Amino acid sequence: MTLLNVKNLNVILETSEGIARAVRDLNFSLEKGETLGIVGESGCGKSMTALALMGLLPEMGKTTGQIELNGENLLEKSEAEMCKIRGNNLAMIFQEPMTSLNPVHTVGRQIMEPLRLHMGLTKEEARAEAVRLLDRVGIPNPRERIGNYPHQLSGGQRQRVMIAMALSCAPDILIADEPTTALDVTIQDQILELIQALVHEEGMGLILISHDLGVVSENTDSIMVMYGGAAVETGRTDNIFDELVHPYTQGLFAAMPKLGRAREARLVTIPGTVPDLVNLPAGCTFTDRCPLATEICRNTPPPIESIDARHAAA
Amino acid sequence: MSDVQSTSFLSRCRRSRSFVVGGLLTGFLLLCAFVSLFWTPGSAYDIIITNRFLPPSSLHWLGTDQFGRDIVSMLMTGTQNSIVVAVVAVSIGLSIGVSLGLLASARRGWTEELIMRFSDFSFAFPAILSAIMLTAIIGPGGVNSILAIGLYNIPVFARLTRGSANAIWAREFVMAARAAGKGRFRITFEHILPNILSIIIVQATILFAIAILAEAALSYLGLGTQPPEPSWGRMLNEAQTLMFLDPMQAIYPGLAIATAVFGLNLLGDGLRDILDPRLSRKR
Amino acid sequence: MSVFFAKRFLTLIVTLIGASMVIFLVMEILPGDPALVILGVDAPESAVVSLTKELGLDRPAPERYWDWISGLMQGQMGNSYAYKVPVWELVEGAVLISLPLALMSIFLSVVLALVIGLYAAANHNKAGDITLMGISQLGISIPNFWLAILVIILFAIELRWLPAGGFPGWDEGILKCLKALLLPAVALATVVGAVLARITRSSVLEVFREDYVRTARAKGLSQRATLWRHVLRNAMIPVLTVTGIQFAALLTGTVVVENVFHIPGLGSLVLKAINNRDTIVVENVVLLLATMVITVNFIVDILYAVIDPRLKAHDI
Repeated sequence: MTLLNVKNLNVILETSEGIARAVRDLNFSLEKGETLGIVGESGCGKSMTALALMGLLPEMGKTTGQIELNGENLLEKSEAEMCKIRGNNLAMIFQEPMTSLNPVHTVGRQIMEPLRLHMGLTKEEARAEAVRLLDRVGIPNPRERIGNYPHQLSGGQRQRVMIAMALSCAPDILIADEPTTALDVTIQDQILELIQALVHEEGMGLILISHDLGVVSENTDSIMVMYGGAAVETGRTDNIFDELVHPYTQGLFAAMPKLGRAREARLVTIPGTVPDLVNLPAGCTFTDRCPLATEICRNTPPPIESIDARHAAA
Repeated sequence: MSDVQSTSFLSRCRRSRSFVVGGLLTGFLLLCAFVSLFWTPGSAYDIIITNRFLPPSSLHWLGTDQFGRDIVSMLMTGTQNSIVVAVVAVSIGLSIGVSLGLLASARRGWTEELIMRFSDFSFAFPAILSAIMLTAIIGPGGVNSILAIGLYNIPVFARLTRGSANAIWAREFVMAARAAGKGRFRITFEHILPNILSIIIVQATILFAIAILAEAALSYLGLGTQPPEPSWGRMLNEAQTLMFLDPMQAIYPGLAIATAVFGLNLLGDGLRDILDPRLSRKR
Repeated sequence: MSVFFAKRFLTLIVTLIGASMVIFLVMEILPGDPALVILGVDAPESAVVSLTKELGLDRPAPERYWDWISGLMQGQMGNSYAYKVPVWELVEGAVLISLPLALMSIFLSVVLALVIGLYAAANHNKAGDITLMGISQLGISIPNFWLAILVIILFAIELRWLPAGGFPGWDEGILKCLKALLLPAVALATVVGAVLARITRSSVLEVFREDYVRTARAKGLSQRATLWRHVLRNAMIPVLTVTGIQFAALLTGTVVVENVFHIPGLGSLVLKAINNRDTIVVENVVLLLATMVITVNFIVDILYAVIDPRLKAHDI
């Protein structure tokens, strides 16, 4: 059975300027032990997709479609049922380790919280487990660190705490939303490696969200490229990098700074900005910024074409 | 560019309900005070014992008090008193407080420390407490209450000014001005003051409301405006002794105070929305 | 903690000394001779001089300031000019009424603020929220002594549920006394409560937008559990600040409202002292009230650190 199966996922946001279609007709699936990367610029709907999976969209957001976890549709679950799934079957790591931990509680208390909630551990058991988790995510002196407040830890350590917290109940799927963006470059790799190692050990599914094609290419089995709320290209990671089909993916790839070439070449950028999700153009949303755009693009949305069984693009 | 700004400014004014309602109420207050300078429906001063406790009529819209004075006229004349006290008291606090705050922020070091510690002490003496101290020695009176409220306003303005000025001093354009060799006082007047003006205006509006409340309280205690000058607080004091006889008399002056304060608070809220949209969204 | 505590405690002491100096200086600078006041304007010159000597007013100011403070340390405030009894005797009974009244009011207003503020935040932008915030905006604008008169008219005169004023004295039984203090406390608490309710609401709403609230929800905590375990404690920080500031307003409000209800607390005492030109009583009562304000703000400072561990780290 497929671990996660998402069909026709749509998210609309009722903003004061009108209805924004933040996520449009998304389809993807994830197997046990598999890693999916979601790539795109900020505002393309990556984070909205993650929050929709968790059922944590802001009040103005509405989700339609199907999110099947272990064969059960999450969108049909009540709020109370979702509370039992969140943190237990489905866990998430956020972008900002600086603000994602509660400043007035010790990190230990925050790690113990899901353990006591979902596993029904006593205080002592949860504490012992929290120490073990902190040790596992590579925090030295976990026994002392457990009594620290978030402000006493560095950014990298806080993200490790976030990871420990997300993994505490051994979830089926871990969603990591830009887990390294806010960190120093030197720490980024360590954190990514840590996530990878833990995911492999536990055999869980990982959804890695990033704007950085480099990060995603090195750490995933398959990739979904999002633009303007929709998937423009999906496929196995190797296949996508062999043959860049969609002009947006080509743009993203070209915009990636490359080692060794960095000095002589100027950074290539994609001209223009992400589309306004409230007033989406009728045709292809990438038209205004696409180097290959024609009049047809402007008026009709492009069909999804299968390039081979493992690679599809709009 | 400035045209675009001014239209959006006006439309923001119109869109802010607090500003419109608060502005109308405050305008009404000013109008009452202004009209009462020339005309009142009856007399707020003449004691005609035969006219005491008259019910509302076309001649006396809200009736008369125990001395036969016309209540509407007293309320209208009382507006003058409240406005004068509030204007003078807030001006005292504004001029001295803002100057001290700007000075503290421009000089830093021991000047700042001294001014801020001093305002710490004065925080322990709210308006009514300082008024009590003043009147204990120089006797009750309108001027004393103005002085007491004004003194209380100084540290409030000083703190606010210093806090917001310090934030502006840290901004890039001030750095640039300093790098260009401009003096501290020039920068204060060219860059700091214009940037904190909106915050000060909002605070002044709110302190205006607080001053009206404090004046009413002092007059109620008999420490503020003295008879026969009509004031809302004084009217409440006199009405309280008649609570069993004519409770309505205790309603009107309080209603006048509440309306004035309500209007000014709304105006302050509205001004904050308009002058500093970022701040209001944060709230 | 100890460094933090010591620093705050030092600030408390310095502020108290500063406040007492301010009071002393104001009393010193302003005109008015206590001896003349006691004896009357027509008193013979020699009597005034000898009384001045007797009261110790001919000695230099620093010496008298020191006497005042060292006397206070030993619990002595000197003798009232008007009643010729120790000031402390007058103050003691008044404090035992004013302090319970102030505490009762602040307790009522905090409870009121939490209930209204949390309800409004939970029903953000719905009818209940908008109505409550409209009412609280009105509540802020009402002078507390007018509200006091209104509740007397309603509960004492019309409904006859509670006494219109006066205070039976603590020997008459606690219940009777609390009943007498209830209306004044309600009049005081409504206004302060309205201010605090608005702060509570906006503060809770703001904290609900924080990233760590999303984290808590992602762990599987329900909305309600998140509110209690993660939001409330953070949201209390600004509420606490304003409570500290409002305590000063509440205390001076006590002075006024006590007079509405004819309750023999500090407010009534100080007004009587003003009428009698009993400056020594005024001086000591004002210092006492200022001390209460300063102490409450000291407690607020300490509570900050209890709530927010970042503050302690900042200070060390």
